[in-house]
Amino acid sequence: MVGKNCFAIASDRRLGVNLQTVATDFQRIFKIHDKLFVGLSGLGSDAQTLYQRLVFRHKLYQLREERDMKPETFASLVSAILYEKRFGPYFCQPVIAGLGNDDKPFICTMDFIGAKELAKDFVVAGSASESLYGACEALFKPDMEPDELSEVVSQALLASVDRDCLSGWGGHIYIVTPDEVREKILKGRMD
Amino acid sequence: MSNNSCMDLPAKGGFSFDLCKRNAMLSQKGLKLPPFRKTGTTIVGLVFQDGVILGADTRATEGPIVCDKNCEKIHYMAPNIYCCGAGTAADTEAVTDMVSSQLQLHRYHTGRESRVVTALTLLKKHLFNYQGHVSAALVLGGVDCTGPHLHTIYPHGSTDTLPFATMGSGSLAAMSVFESKYKEGLSRDEGIKLVSEAVCSGIFNDLGSGSNVDVCVITKGHKEYLRNHMLPNPRTYVSERGYSFPKKTEVLMTKITPMKEKVEVTEGGDAMEE
Repeated sequence: MVGKNCFAIASDRRLGVNLQTVATDFQRIFKIHDKLFVGLSGLGSDAQTLYQRLVFRHKLYQLREERDMKPETFASLVSAILYEKRFGPYFCQPVIAGLGNDDKPFICTMDFIGAKELAKDFVVAGSASESLYGACEALFKPDMEPDELSEVVSQALLASVDRDCLSGWGGHIYIVTPDEVREKILKGRMD
Repeated sequence: MSNNSCMDLPAKGGFSFDLCKRNAMLSQKGLKLPPFRKTGTTIVGLVFQDGVILGADTRATEGPIVCDKNCEKIHYMAPNIYCCGAGTAADTEAVTDMVSSQLQLHRYHTGRESRVVTALTLLKKHLFNYQGHVSAALVLGGVDCTGPHLHTIYPHGSTDTLPFATMGSGSLAAMSVFESKYKEGLSRDEGIKLVSEAVCSGIFNDLGSGSNVDVCVITKGHKEYLRNHMLPNPRTYVSERGYSFPKKTEVLMTKITPMKEKVEVTEGGDAMEE
């Protein structure tokens, strides 16, 4: 979700095999560089594979260009990697959030074959996405300050995750401003 | 083969079928595929007296869920050619991007303006190659040295050349408007009005289409992209005061990492002067 010169990216922490919960501290949000994060929902193994490929490609870019990737560029890269597997896709829906030039926030999501969806306000992905759409739509306000943004995202996440039996076990949230990254772990229902 | 490992170098292009076998196994074991993002669209186009007008709605759907209320469906192909896409969102996006870069290279090579038929041939060649598996239904319009052109391209690679065309799930609603009101030699304003009306009939009568109307007018040597030309469905239910949360969420842990200072390297400075 986007705020004023900042953004927040959040996820739940459950990893499960169908209805069986395997891990309650699963990391789904990854850092690409200081101001660029990617959240990968979907099949755990694909999320990790995709993350490794993205880091690899980003490092190649850093070596070649001697700078970090812009979020827009990174979104195109993710889209291309996903679309390459159009007929045998990764089961993975990415959410990309970053601060671009002049610390302008950028957020983007894709379906699992790389159809980009750029939004100005918020993006959602994953099994709780239906309820997240509703929650975010109601709670979002333009130009929120980091503290308020953090609270709004937390509330939206927890409310939606409670209505999805496949997600839960608390939340993990990053609030990124031009000066700092705040990482929080939220307490949620443990059922 | 360069595609032996997943950590290979950037591929040279083309699709990779590495995961097909695994995915077939997974779906046999009961893993359900999430739905693709579709445009579920009304896209239209017509020829008017000095050129071509394209129109599109702005809704993207994922099954029954509206996942984007204001997406762009009129894609850039060349300065004088635009293309509306319906079908699987990733396919329309990828196919139009790919052909638009091929056209750009072709322009660099020949030094001439791209022709609409060139774009048409490139698109249908790709789509026919994939026998309808790349599900992009397109309305291609543009003005080149041979005049205005409007084509529709079906996912299997067949094409039509028509004075007015519609595509996507709202195509029937839009076509009914065109069939009853289209006439030759429309003026620019009449054309835009007819296109908007056709897209609106798709928006209101087809569930897969919705939100706003985008219009693109292409004339000889000039184009005008009217993004959100009409907003027939504004959001009316925004809470004025917003919401406040008297009971804050419980935070178990907070970690604050300050950003690293970026080292500025100034070239040609006086570091070496002493």
